[in-house]
Amino acid sequence: MALLQEIDFGTPKHISSTLETTLVTLEIDGKAVTVPAGTSILRAAVEAGVQVPKLCATDSVEAFGSCRLCLVEIDGRRGTPASCTTPCAPGMKVKTQSPKLAKLRRGVMELYISDHPLDCLTCAANGNCELQDMAGVVGLREVRYGYEGENHLQAKKDESNPYFTFDASKCIVCSRCVRACEEVQGTFALTIEGRGFESKVSAGNKPFMESECVSCGACVQACPTATLMEKTVIEKGQGEHSVVTTCAYCGVGCSFKAEMQGSEVVRMLPYKDGKANHGHSCVKGRFAWGYATHKDRITKPMIREKITDPWREVSWEEAIAYTASEFKRIQAKYGRDSVGGITSSRCTNEESYLVQKLIRAAFGNNNTDTCARVCHSPTGYGLKTTLGTSAGTQDFDSVDEADVMIVIGANPTDAHPVFASQMKRRLREGAKLIVVDPRQIDLVKSAHVKADYHLPLLPGTNVAVINAIAHVIVTEGLVDEAFVAERCEKAAFELWRNFVAEARNSPEAMEPITGVPAADLRGAARLYATGGNAAIYYGLGVTEHSQGSTMVMGMANLAMATGNIGRRGVGVNPLRGQNNVQGACDMGSFPHEFTGYRHVSEDGPRHLFEQAWGVTLNPEPGLRIPNMLDAAVDGTFKGIYVQGEDIAQSDPNTKHVTAGLKAMECVVVQDLFLNETASYAHVFLPGASFLEKDGTFTNAERRISRVRKAMPPLGGLADWEATCALSNALGYPMHYNHPSEIMDEIARLTPTFTGVSYDRIDELGSIQWPCNEKAPEGTPTMHIGGFVRGKGKFMITEFVPTEERTSSKYPLLLTTGRILAQYNVGAQTARTANSSWHGEDVLEIHPFDAENRGLREGDLVALASRAGETTLHAHISERIQPGVVYTTFHHPLTGANVVTTEYSDWATSCPEYKVTAVEVRLAKKMSDWQKQYLELRQQTTQIGQGAGQPVETGVSR
Amino acid sequence: MKAELMVHNANQIAKYFASFPHEEAVAGVADHIQKFWEPRMRKQLHEYLGQGGSGLHELVFEAAKALH
Repeated sequence: MALLQEIDFGTPKHISSTLETTLVTLEIDGKAVTVPAGTSILRAAVEAGVQVPKLCATDSVEAFGSCRLCLVEIDGRRGTPASCTTPCAPGMKVKTQSPKLAKLRRGVMELYISDHPLDCLTCAANGNCELQDMAGVVGLREVRYGYEGENHLQAKKDESNPYFTFDASKCIVCSRCVRACEEVQGTFALTIEGRGFESKVSAGNKPFMESECVSCGACVQACPTATLMEKTVIEKGQGEHSVVTTCAYCGVGCSFKAEMQGSEVVRMLPYKDGKANHGHSCVKGRFAWGYATHKDRITKPMIREKITDPWREVSWEEAIAYTASEFKRIQAKYGRDSVGGITSSRCTNEESYLVQKLIRAAFGNNNTDTCARVCHSPTGYGLKTTLGTSAGTQDFDSVDEADVMIVIGANPTDAHPVFASQMKRRLREGAKLIVVDPRQIDLVKSAHVKADYHLPLLPGTNVAVINAIAHVIVTEGLVDEAFVAERCEKAAFELWRNFVAEARNSPEAMEPITGVPAADLRGAARLYATGGNAAIYYGLGVTEHSQGSTMVMGMANLAMATGNIGRRGVGVNPLRGQNNVQGACDMGSFPHEFTGYRHVSEDGPRHLFEQAWGVTLNPEPGLRIPNMLDAAVDGTFKGIYVQGEDIAQSDPNTKHVTAGLKAMECVVVQDLFLNETASYAHVFLPGASFLEKDGTFTNAERRISRVRKAMPPLGGLADWEATCALSNALGYPMHYNHPSEIMDEIARLTPTFTGVSYDRIDELGSIQWPCNEKAPEGTPTMHIGGFVRGKGKFMITEFVPTEERTSSKYPLLLTTGRILAQYNVGAQTARTANSSWHGEDVLEIHPFDAENRGLREGDLVALASRAGETTLHAHISERIQPGVVYTTFHHPLTGANVVTTEYSDWATSCPEYKVTAVEVRLAKKMSDWQKQYLELRQQTTQIGQGAGQPVETGVSR
Repeated sequence: MKAELMVHNANQIAKYFASFPHEEAVAGVADHIQKFWEPRMRKQLHEYLGQGGSGLHELVFEAAKALH
């Protein structure tokens, strides 16, 4: 496709719901136009195909009316009003062109150009500059004022941000960047400082890097000139074609236009038609894509007999043949169930589907699992048990109709920034907010956002809090009795009602356990139950606990009890950590179920797959990831195929993980980089980044979006092709010409996907499953009129305290989370300039706890638990409460999971990352584990060259 | 899997279902282990029960009778 230029309608489509159904007809340049009442004349003109000159208007922000270019004449009205700020009225007759308007516009442009560098030919925006365009449109031929007067041409350039420059000499002070920062992103980092000629855009009088700016790129995108410009465009020039694809970071699943020069990405621009992001982005998706071509990429297959040997580069044929022969040998020696594999939420649906198919059909067992095991597996269990399916109930846009939001164990501004902007917009409109989190996340208090209630619970007491909220709702008569009677199982509800009504579940009884003041909790419960549409948004602070599944069920109970489910503005909404967590789960990656969440023991679905795949399938559940590692240590699990996952860094209790990996005879890692797991691998298969393959991702709102190939795979094969090759070598034929054929197979075998195909996705832009005969265009809101399981089922949610307790030896509780600039284990973002913001993980500790230990800001501290010890630098902060410490897990050397324990969710084995008893003390040197890690890393990442002379890889740390 | 971890995991399941009416609780534990524990894990549980099942929650003892 050529370079995709989306239409700029000048002002947003956003119209108040009361006016939405009223249409008005007017005439613009003799053309009759019908638009919803409230639409600006500027937008109506563009919709009618009439271009009105403009500079300060763009459709991502509200009209401002400052540039005076979009002036029009209206019959019967005096003057020349700005079309961007003038709403359409019935019968209006508008002229967008006249000698008078032309003269006015030319005069405006003369003033602009008299104070603008005339370096168009060498400007990065040449050919893509709205100021340049408008000069042409208005027919500017001279600047009567000359160029010698007072001007801003010597204004200093701010190049502090690694991704974009701010060249004040080119600024026309249209305020689009300021408004984008406020309205689109909601950060309010920019302002117009000074008045009149002194007016200038300012990031709080600081360089951008030192300001509140979060580098979302909204200002850069809104800028009509080269004032705010991507450094890649300055360096390389503009793209010549675009590829619309889906971001490979978080579960928001933003749609992007990859602007390309040949097979090289020049910039990523958020796609306005993207249904998840509506043209917005964050610092990761917008700018942190350079990892795809980082020098650390491994692009040749490699094998080695022992993990202490140097890697040997081989052909794909040799690598695949070796892998197949090893798996065959292991299965012949140790049995069919001695091997397995792991799919990744970083991979496409089609790739996850193929890996689990390979395991079930070619390996002949169900030892398949996915990294959702360590994040959202409790969501699957909890929502399926109560509501009937393992998925969030709403689309993101549903939040626009929420009156109350509860954010539990999630930090959207850091982990799901684009959706956080949408939440903040709704909060600025007046929606109420309850935050349940041990830490004061940004949403608790930030620019123009303040939580009505922050319940700062102690880590590990989620279920106690949710039960106390339920207690208030039940005992204060706030249950939506009609909803429950019509939609839910009566006996289960009564059982639950009696349980939560017990005095031991009251906020007062729970306060000593949770640390949450009872009065606040009662207030929050009342607000949730009576504040109108109430929506629950949650993250891994819910799931990564020993009672993760219980908590998910507890939230579903609340939504059902208050009737906050089955319509827009409400629901139970998991914010998925990775781009394709939902998809990986949907695709049958878990050991106990096929696609569409059907248990392997169910004859019907199993026979369907047996018939389609031409094999007999095992009706028994397979091993989960932790069970695979247990079995490896026990000697019954000897080989694993890991696609796109790094269990040695991301899974709990690193020592146990690495012991399991070391005990295996064939570890196959398919990844972009020599990750931590690859240190224990015998075969390395080069992975392909999201830019190098076709496929689909499914985001947190069940939205299936296309991933489109923008460049050839650097390693020669897309991941799905490598899986097919391995399967063929194992003797189970897999022949697909394109991932669309894999999706067609998924659709044939999965009732909730029968209407999904690449053609249909292209037609609709994206599709939210279920998509079938009943819902041919997909399902934005689930459980309307009835639950997937029929009647909703209340589940008892007894609070069972975690066995991970503080003690005199480990008196603090460690909890973990993410930061905006980095992503998960850092494999991608740590190889980009995002590390400028967060170069290492730090330990947040309350001043009280720091003082007790004699710690000062920036001290190197040892963080020790009964599982292990690491070191990192201390950051003293009141965002965290006394008794609790917090860190991120983005850097391998920190080894946060050296400290976390093997405790896990009772139902799903999801690790209890969020609660670890620890002690913190001043350290003088790195921990023994860290030293051993560096030594092992040095030893296991050697690649043989020439006559077997090993050289170190360029892995940067 | 280490016996103590297996006991811990089984007991966690039992503790969740312990608040349900007894029959439902026993069925819940059995159903969960049947659906989510791989056969070699169930075999280990059976063997452990055969050796007395030290430390296991009483619901696990009852549920085990329904396991394959």
